[in-house]
Amino acid sequence: MSALRILVPVKRVIDYAVKPRVNKAQTAVETAGVKHSMNPFDELSVEESVRIREKKRAPGGVEDICAISAGPAKAQDILRTAMAMGADRAIHVDVKEGDDLEPLAVAKLLKKAAEEQKSNLVILGKQSIDDDANQTGQMLAGLLGWPQATQASKIEFGEGDSVSVTKEVDGGVETIRAKLPMIITTDLRLNEPRYASLPNIMKAKKKKLDKKTLKDFGLENEKRLKVLKVSEPAPRQGGGKVEDVDGLISKLKELGAL
Amino acid sequence: MYALAKCSLPRRVVGLLSPANAIHGTTTRSRLLSTLAILEQRDGQLNQGSLNAFAAAKQLGGTVHGFVAGSNVSAAAQEAAKVEGVDQVIKVDSSAYEKGLPETYAPLLVENIKKGKYTHVVAGHTAFGKNLLPRVAALLDCQQISDITAIENDKTFVRPIYAGNAIATVESSDSVKVITIRGTAFAAVTPGSGSAAVVDGVDPKADTSAEWVSEDLAKSDRPDLGTASKVVSGGRGLKSKDDFDRVMLPLADALGAAVGASRAAVDSGYAENSLQVGQTGKVVAPELYMAVGISGAIQHLAGMKDSKVIAAINKDADAPIFQVADVGLVGDLFEKVPELTEKLKSS
Repeated sequence: MSALRILVPVKRVIDYAVKPRVNKAQTAVETAGVKHSMNPFDELSVEESVRIREKKRAPGGVEDICAISAGPAKAQDILRTAMAMGADRAIHVDVKEGDDLEPLAVAKLLKKAAEEQKSNLVILGKQSIDDDANQTGQMLAGLLGWPQATQASKIEFGEGDSVSVTKEVDGGVETIRAKLPMIITTDLRLNEPRYASLPNIMKAKKKKLDKKTLKDFGLENEKRLKVLKVSEPAPRQGGGKVEDVDGLISKLKELGAL
Repeated sequence: MYALAKCSLPRRVVGLLSPANAIHGTTTRSRLLSTLAILEQRDGQLNQGSLNAFAAAKQLGGTVHGFVAGSNVSAAAQEAAKVEGVDQVIKVDSSAYEKGLPETYAPLLVENIKKGKYTHVVAGHTAFGKNLLPRVAALLDCQQISDITAIENDKTFVRPIYAGNAIATVESSDSVKVITIRGTAFAAVTPGSGSAAVVDGVDPKADTSAEWVSEDLAKSDRPDLGTASKVVSGGRGLKSKDDFDRVMLPLADALGAAVGASRAAVDSGYAENSLQVGQTGKVVAPELYMAVGISGAIQHLAGMKDSKVIAAINKDADAPIFQVADVGLVGDLFEKVPELTEKLKSS
């Protein structure tokens, strides 16, 4: 079996615990001064890659774990986090603040990166919690012509480069099998990401972080979608409380829900 | 084959005229639109929820075609052809597509989209649609628009971002708009007395690079969570799987409701993964959503806040769920829910 060369794309997003606010001009969500962190689904990708190596799950072993992120200079912080969790090295593709790439552009970038890095496994989060698109992994698989396993909750390696993945689907789980090279996207139940320890955070500072631009990959940020407006959702008003179960039933009848 | 020729010919003629017609405004443009709605099926049975793609297709205007592929899909195609306003249903009968593996299904769709010269492709934002459509979009070099909740015009769409905390209106410049829709945002469509032609699609017989091994689906006699008109949902307050089943299932049966759960309840093992309501689970918008022992974290609200009526039972009077609930009851769910169940049964 081939040794694994894993590429792990990670995205810097507004922290999941922060309630995002729409800016006054209604053009975007306010990001200045807001806490950012690694997209939670990407933490699962990094964790899984590191576990595959630590638990020696792949018969051919793990040769390389490379984290990659496209974004402003601050995206380097989350690449350091990925390295502190166990990634060997990282690539930062500089994209200026506010000039976010669309999933198709990211997929095109990752295709080039996967080819350049000779990756045979790309593990991505199933979606980023900012634009909630759930597209990049599937698009990348399509562009590379590789098999894909989305929303993975279990990954097992077999003989002859075969990989079995249990996926979360509507109503339960489904298992598929494919051969390397392939694309996997992570779902919440795949693992529990570790916290980076202080010694590992220190070590990560010494790991290699390559700085690149879209031009280095022969790409430019081509936008297909124009954001016309970003607004707050219509607020929902609580209707108050009732005293007891009878009150609940009569209120529900009054609202036509029973 | 006759029906296919009859439908595709006028479109090709119109297509040739399109640059000159562009200045004539929306009536002309709507005639140029043609939408392919991707339908889901299992064992030859149409997934009724996937017919909502027809609702979105009709809103776009223009011709509406349906697409279904798998083993023995003739009956499913015939059923889809009965939906009013559908012009044609394309079927591809082949076991290669039964499990919807995107490695083969995506090239199949791409061939059929190119052949039909569709301007829009619509599928549900379900596990099937999410897995498949982005791969199709990439092969067509289009930037997909995911999980839309409204259509403003043929190129402008509305979709929630940041777990529903913001609503984005986006305009697409792609020649083919590849879209997944939030099922609950587009009224259900049911087969009526329509009589669209059913035709065979092209089958590129792409090589498969992945194989389907097995599946394990939860069996339930209760309504499907994604499309139920009533949902009762339990959270961490239920304390254990036994308590969850003992308290929530009779309430669901008394109401004829589907059962859902918060992520906390699922992570604690009280309920199946597939029951999770929230940003990372299912998005529901039933007539009645009853949240039991759920505090109301933003990730959960993202999955249910478009419900028509929200009721909440929680012992913490300050729980955020009460800010969105139309009716709230503060109390111990282990007393209140059984009492509610009894009273609903006897009424």
